[in-house]
Amino acid sequence: MARPCACQDFNRAELLRRGAARAGRGLPAIEPGMPTPAGTGLSRRSFLLSSAGLALSVYGAGRLLDPARFEEGIARAAEANPLPILVTVYLQGGIDGMSVLYPAGDPLYAQYRPVLGLSPEAGPVFSEDTRLHWHPKAAPLAQLHGEGKVCAMPAIGYTDPDQSHFTSRHYWEVGATEADLLSGWLGRYLDLAGTAENPLQGLCLDDSLQPSLATTKVPVAALESPSAYSFWSKDVWGPPQEVMYEYFDALGRLGIGSPQAEVQRAGSAALMSSTLRRQLLPFQSEQEPVLPTGYPKSTGDFPARMAAIPQLLSAGLPLHCVSLSTDSVFDTHESQAAPLESNLEEVSQTLLAFQRDLEARGLADRVLTLVWSEFGRRAQENASAGTDHGAAGCGFLIGTRVAGRMVGEWPGLQSGLDELGNLRATADFRGLYCALLEQWLGQEAAPIIPGAAGFARPMLLR
Amino acid sequence: MKFSAGLPNTQVVSASTASPARTKTRRGRSAGTLPVYRGAFGEAQAERLLWRAGFGPKPGQARRLARLGMRGAVLSLTRPRSQVLVGPAPHNEKGEPLAPYDVSGNDVLWWLDRMVRSRAQLIERMTLTWHDWFATSNEGVNSQRLMIAQNRTQRSLCLGDFPKMLAAMTVDPAMLLWLSGAGSTKEAPNENYAREMQELFTLGAGNGYTERDVREHARALTGFTFTWNPDTGQEERFRYDASLHDDRVKVIYGHRGRWAWRDSLRLVLEHPDHPGHFVTKLWSYFSPEPLSRPDQRAAEALYVGSGKQIRPVVEAMLMHPAFHAGPRMVKPPIVQIAGMLRGIGRYIDTEQWVWASSTAGQTPFYPPNVAGWEPERWLNTGTWQARFNLSALMIDEKRSLWAGKKHAKVSPDAAELTRKAIAFWGSPTLSRQTLATLRSYARAAGTDAAKESWEHEQFPLLALGGLRALVPATPDYLTC
Repeated sequence: MARPCACQDFNRAELLRRGAARAGRGLPAIEPGMPTPAGTGLSRRSFLLSSAGLALSVYGAGRLLDPARFEEGIARAAEANPLPILVTVYLQGGIDGMSVLYPAGDPLYAQYRPVLGLSPEAGPVFSEDTRLHWHPKAAPLAQLHGEGKVCAMPAIGYTDPDQSHFTSRHYWEVGATEADLLSGWLGRYLDLAGTAENPLQGLCLDDSLQPSLATTKVPVAALESPSAYSFWSKDVWGPPQEVMYEYFDALGRLGIGSPQAEVQRAGSAALMSSTLRRQLLPFQSEQEPVLPTGYPKSTGDFPARMAAIPQLLSAGLPLHCVSLSTDSVFDTHESQAAPLESNLEEVSQTLLAFQRDLEARGLADRVLTLVWSEFGRRAQENASAGTDHGAAGCGFLIGTRVAGRMVGEWPGLQSGLDELGNLRATADFRGLYCALLEQWLGQEAAPIIPGAAGFARPMLLR
Repeated sequence: MKFSAGLPNTQVVSASTASPARTKTRRGRSAGTLPVYRGAFGEAQAERLLWRAGFGPKPGQARRLARLGMRGAVLSLTRPRSQVLVGPAPHNEKGEPLAPYDVSGNDVLWWLDRMVRSRAQLIERMTLTWHDWFATSNEGVNSQRLMIAQNRTQRSLCLGDFPKMLAAMTVDPAMLLWLSGAGSTKEAPNENYAREMQELFTLGAGNGYTERDVREHARALTGFTFTWNPDTGQEERFRYDASLHDDRVKVIYGHRGRWAWRDSLRLVLEHPDHPGHFVTKLWSYFSPEPLSRPDQRAAEALYVGSGKQIRPVVEAMLMHPAFHAGPRMVKPPIVQIAGMLRGIGRYIDTEQWVWASSTAGQTPFYPPNVAGWEPERWLNTGTWQARFNLSALMIDEKRSLWAGKKHAKVSPDAAELTRKAIAFWGSPTLSRQTLATLRSYARAAGTDAAKESWEHEQFPLLALGGLRALVPATPDYLTC
């Protein structure tokens, strides 16, 4: 029986509860080891990009958030030379890299994975290191790899790995093993290279801000779903009902005017809801959105969110850095096999469909997709046919422009485990970030990644 | 009915004179006692108390509670004389009784009914607090019976001592399934429970423990198991099997010993960082802002000095000046739903509250993860919409303005319409500004919008409908 994850994202909750009272004024000092998520405390404004019919939440430093400039700024950015695009996809919960690229050819594999181990025949062999095989459900990735469009990272991580979801994810998001960094690595890049007018330069395809994109100066945006957004009421219709909707703003102002943070929040929720209601009125349609061919059907909306990217690019919108998370959670402490299979299938199929979609639209040379997770899982499976939090895990860089060569290597189970039984990293994510910044985004890494000089840069592009 | 000019924000006389007892903290410094609220305790303050330490007042209840004075009011909640459920038994739309173990969603209604009907409001509220603290989701447990059993345990221990609560949660079957405690054996200890026990239940993330402590705790906690019943598809016979336990030496926080699960709990509870976490976390349920450092220390000393009892700390928190005079807090969605039902005198007679609670962002027995709900996310464009829509669900046919009438009519007087709408929700205290806004709506919708003569006749009633929808969406009502 498959049990979903029990510990995803946990400490964020408690942290935010305490931060709540001081939102907007920076967060209080926090307990050691429990970093504040990047981007906490940024201001948020709802904004409708009327030229494209998109409802956006725009995040940025309060003073500089000026929606009046966005429409024009976006139009101007759209006319400029197209920028390279980096899409980051976060596999929530720490995916078991040893199952995605499984070391069937490693003599110790069967011993570490008596229940979860896959046979060498189960999945296609990984051509760059024949000890490794692709999980059968990762076949779409194997196909892209065969076309030279994937740099696989079989053991990416960092030294002194942290096994808390929150902390390790935070490190990846801020691009450093520093608990107190409050801006994301892409956010700092945008602060340096971006503009104050184009929030689409950093786009989160979830309803909230992805911490990797948290800036300190320039605006970034989250795309809200324009699905049904209707308000019900009894015993009121006609003009008195229309007037009632208009009074949502008045309720909002009542809250905003309060000196108390939570009353303000109640007011700002009313204001944002009111704005969104008006913005979405023209988009209230009865029809389900139709996914382009190739994207898998899903109970979640990860495939649909990925499919939005080529659409937005085709519409000429000036995207630059795009971040999103999978709906699937890979925190497989128990009965790992079945949920991993179905989740990996959905993600792999989506990534292939996304790549094909870009290629069909002639956009593929502009886009690179980084797939990452906060850690891999313990080499030794546990007694619940699951795996516990580990250290190094897998990652992928996908695109027509990538070199198609492995980054790092498979360290082997004989000598590749640390004293805790976790995989040692053979590539450092900070080195990967430096290489992405310098080779793809054309930006020197030193001002963005702390200690950049110390990290080896893999060659990512052909 | 009375409207106060402002919301509770009364003057505070800081008084640490309440008790001469001074206790030593772990830092060796002497800790003071917690200050006690000395300001006015009227209907508005009683209302806040009932919302934060319960599920909102029934009509007239705040006024009655205020008569007891602050201390009497708090003690009436922390030491309830009766735990009976008052009012008609819960049922679904068809009038059938609930089947909380068997019918999906009826577990939620079973508890919501207790929130609405229990005389012991704080007992239910603390049960909700412990449900969030030891957040267990039926998404992972897959047994409404086990979830309700856990709920009953939390209720019975909710104001008792924390070590007992922690022990009960450690061996609780739902928890054993949720955090993989069952099936964690000496050959393969599972770290899930050991990690969350420290990170979320007792110490706080990374607070005074290492990865090694996680592993050693996990070893000490081995030995719990269950039997899978293939006929029912359920886990049963949860038990401790010494043969599965790792009885070798472990080192936890530097202490060596052949530690077993009770030692594991003892060691974490004796950890010097535990009282701080306990107080911080408990206070966060009652107030949006942290305690001052001296008060935090005093509360820790009170907790430790009482032998890690929950009730004395809760009582001190409910009497604290910041509780009564501090800033307002957003009501948790399920608290608002229960409170709206209490305010209009409605009981559980439909299953719609299950999905209503889910769209509003809080379905009991289904917290989003082991860290519980995120109050930060309680109000956004989606959940505000869901909360707004609650009023349309609350107003059933018999509460409709048109109930039993062909032609209903009301006076167009804005103040009168506003008063009626507020009275419908049990007369919550609203600020002067909020009242002015509501009256302005009543005029705009009931009078100004009317052109034809039939509109002049009808619109006041429609405006009353609009007012009844707006009242629970005001920032005043959404917070307490």
